[in-house]
Amino acid sequence: MIEFCMPSLGADMEAGTLCEWLVSPGSVVKRGDIIAVVETQKGLIDIEVFEEGTIHKLLIKENEKVPVGTLMALIIPAKETTPKTEKRLAEKIQTIRPTPAIQTTAGGMIAAGIKSSFKASPLAKRMASEKNIDLSTVKGSGEGGAITREDVEKALMEKEAGIPVVKPSAVENIRLAVAAAMTRSNREIPHYYLETRVDMSRPLAFLREANKQRTVKQRLLPVVLLIKAVAKALKEVPDLNGYWEYGLKLKSEINIGFVVSLRTGGVMIPAIHEADKKTTDELMDSLNDMIPRARAMKLRSSELADSTVTITSLGDENVETVFGVIYPPQVAIVGFGSITEQPWAENEKLDSRPVLRMTLAADHRATDGNTGSRFLMTVKRNLQKPETL
Amino acid sequence: MNTPDGYIKITYREALKQALRVSLQKDERVFLMGEDVGRYGGAFAVSKGLLGEFGPDRIMDVPLSESGFTGAGIGAALGGLRPIVELMTVNFSLLAMDQVVNNAATLLHMSGGQLNVPVVIRMSTGLGRQLAAQHSHSWEPIYAHIPGLIVLSAGTHEDARGMLPAALQSPDPVVIFESNSMLNLEAEIPANSGMVDITTAHVKREGKDISIITYGAGVYKAMDAAQILADAGMNPEVIDLRVLRPLDENAVMTSVRKTHRVLLVEEAWGSVNISAELSARIMEQAFYELDAPVQRLGGMEVPIPYPKHLEDACVPQTADIVTRIKKMLQHD
Repeated sequence: MIEFCMPSLGADMEAGTLCEWLVSPGSVVKRGDIIAVVETQKGLIDIEVFEEGTIHKLLIKENEKVPVGTLMALIIPAKETTPKTEKRLAEKIQTIRPTPAIQTTAGGMIAAGIKSSFKASPLAKRMASEKNIDLSTVKGSGEGGAITREDVEKALMEKEAGIPVVKPSAVENIRLAVAAAMTRSNREIPHYYLETRVDMSRPLAFLREANKQRTVKQRLLPVVLLIKAVAKALKEVPDLNGYWEYGLKLKSEINIGFVVSLRTGGVMIPAIHEADKKTTDELMDSLNDMIPRARAMKLRSSELADSTVTITSLGDENVETVFGVIYPPQVAIVGFGSITEQPWAENEKLDSRPVLRMTLAADHRATDGNTGSRFLMTVKRNLQKPETL
Repeated sequence: MNTPDGYIKITYREALKQALRVSLQKDERVFLMGEDVGRYGGAFAVSKGLLGEFGPDRIMDVPLSESGFTGAGIGAALGGLRPIVELMTVNFSLLAMDQVVNNAATLLHMSGGQLNVPVVIRMSTGLGRQLAAQHSHSWEPIYAHIPGLIVLSAGTHEDARGMLPAALQSPDPVVIFESNSMLNLEAEIPANSGMVDITTAHVKREGKDISIITYGAGVYKAMDAAQILADAGMNPEVIDLRVLRPLDENAVMTSVRKTHRVLLVEEAWGSVNISAELSARIMEQAFYELDAPVQRLGGMEVPIPYPKHLEDACVPQTADIVTRIKKMLQHD
C-alpha cells in the first residue's frame, strides 16, 4: 500500500487545506498525475502523485486543513491488487493523524515560524488553548503589547458571534509567506556575498545568431543562458546545490528555483527540474510555461517544493546589482542584474561592452568564499562559450 | 459626624487598651509585663490607667532587659499563666530574639509535644512618629520566617481590639504587631466587636480588577487607594493578610483566581519580605491564573530617616499604590 501524504511545498509550509480530490476510490493513477488541489499560502496548488496504482481510500475530506505529512490517501500499487496491509495501516492512521484539528484561523500556518514574537500572560495562554484560539491572531493590549485575558475574551466573542476572522487574501498570504521565509533566512543564515562582472558580448552575439533561425515565439532570452550556465557550474561546484539541515545535504538533481515577481507584490519560486539536463530551448519552454502559471498562482506541487538553489534575475531596465536573500533551507542564491553598456578594460584597451553584474549570496555554514568564487568563475567561463550551453 | 447606631468611634490606641482590659478581666491567669507599662502607662500610653485598675501583680514593670523578661514570660507560660509580654518596639525585640526563637518557638518540638508555650508577645512596629532609624523598622518578615510562631499583624481597629483575646486562647506562642503610626487614628467599629479569628486573611473590599494584598499600616492606605481607583472606574479588591504566619494561602489564591492581577504592598524592606514569599507562592499555585506579572511595593531599603518627608518617602503611600495600579491596569 502506498501512503499519500500532505506534501511540504516549501520550508515555510506547515499545513494545507484540501480543496478538491480529482480522483475517487478505484481511479487508476500514474506518476505525475494531479490527484488533488490543495490551498496553501501560495495559492491553489495541484498535487501530483509519484507512484502508479489504484486509489484505495481517500482519508481526508475536502476543505479539511491538515499539517504537512498527514496521511491523505491510500493507493494500491500497480502490482499489488489486494489491500492486505490495510488493517495495519488503519491502525497507523489513528496514530499518524494529529488529534486536535489544526486551527483554521488566519495566520496559523506561519505562526510556528514567528511564534516567539508575541507575548501573552499565562492566563491568556491557558484560555486560548482551552478555547482553541490562535494567539498569533490576537492583538495584545497589555503592558508591552502582551496579550491579556481581555484580549482573548474579545477574540472569543468575535469567534462565537460568528464574525469571521478576516482571512488574509491570497496577496496577503504570499506576503506573509515571503515574510516568514525571509525572516527565518536572515535570522538563521550567515550570508556571505560575492560579486563579479561578466562581459556579455559573446553570449548576446550568440543569441542574436540563434534567434535568427527561430520564430518570434521560440526566441531565446538571455536569462536562459544564465540559467543553463548556472546549472552547469553547479555540476562542477556541487556544494552550493543542496539544503542546510543540521549540516550540508547535497542534492543530486539540480532544480533551479527561478524567482517570479507577482504584479501584486510578493514572489513565487517555481523550480526548473534538472536544468542542467535541459537544452536552452527546453529551458525557454519551461519559463514560458511556468511564469504565467506562477503569476496566476497555479503551480504544481513539485514545482513549488523541489528547487535546490535559486536564481533571482531582475531583467532588463533594472538596477545593475542584486544581492539575494537565501530561501531556506537552500544554501545559495545567484543574482543577475540588468545588462548595461559599460566601460571595459581588456588587453590594455578601453572599450564599451554589455556588462552583467552577477552576485552570489551563500550560506557560510555550508561553504566558504573560495567555493563561491570558484562557482562564479565557472558560470562566467560557461557564459563565454554560449554554444556549449 | 454622627456615629451610626451600634458603632463606636475609637482610636487604635484605645482599641488596644480595651483588648488588654477585656483580657485581664476575663482570665485571672492573664498579666501584662513590659518596660514602663505600669507607672508610666506604656511607652505609647496603651496601658495607661491599667495599673490602678488591676494592680502591680498584673501590670508589671520590668527592668530594661528584653531577653530577661521575655524569658520570664515564657517561663510563666510554661508554668500555667497567660503572660502578655510587651516589647516596646520590634527594634528592641532583637535583644529577646534568642528567647523567642530558641525557646518559645521550639520547646513544643524539643519536649516531644509535652511543653507548649502559651505566651503572647506584643510589639509596636513601623515608622510614622519620627523616631529615626533605631526605632522605626518594620521587621514582621523576620518573625514570619520562624516555624513554631503564630505571627499576627493588627492592621485595623477591629483587629487591634480582637486579636489579643484570640491570641491568649492559643496554646502556642503568638506575636502581635501593632502599628506605631496608627495609634491616634480614629475609626468606627461595631460597639460589640470582640474576639476575632486569627487564622485567616480578610477581604476588606471586594473587587475584580486587581488584588491589593497587604497588612498592618498598608491596609487603610490600600483601602483609600481602592476608593480613589474606584472613582476612576477601576475595581480593586483589598486583602488584609492579618496572619503573617501561617499565611492564608487559600484566601490569596481565591482572590488571584478572581482578579488575575496582584499588587503586594507592605512597609517592610523589599528584599526577602512577606511580599516576596507571597509572590513565589502565587507563582507556584496560581501561575496559569495570572494575567500580568505580580508586582510589589515595599519599603525603601535604607535605615529609616528622621525628617518627616523622608520618612514618608520610605514606605508605600496611598498615592504610590494608585499610581502603580493605574500603570498595571491602564499602562499609563
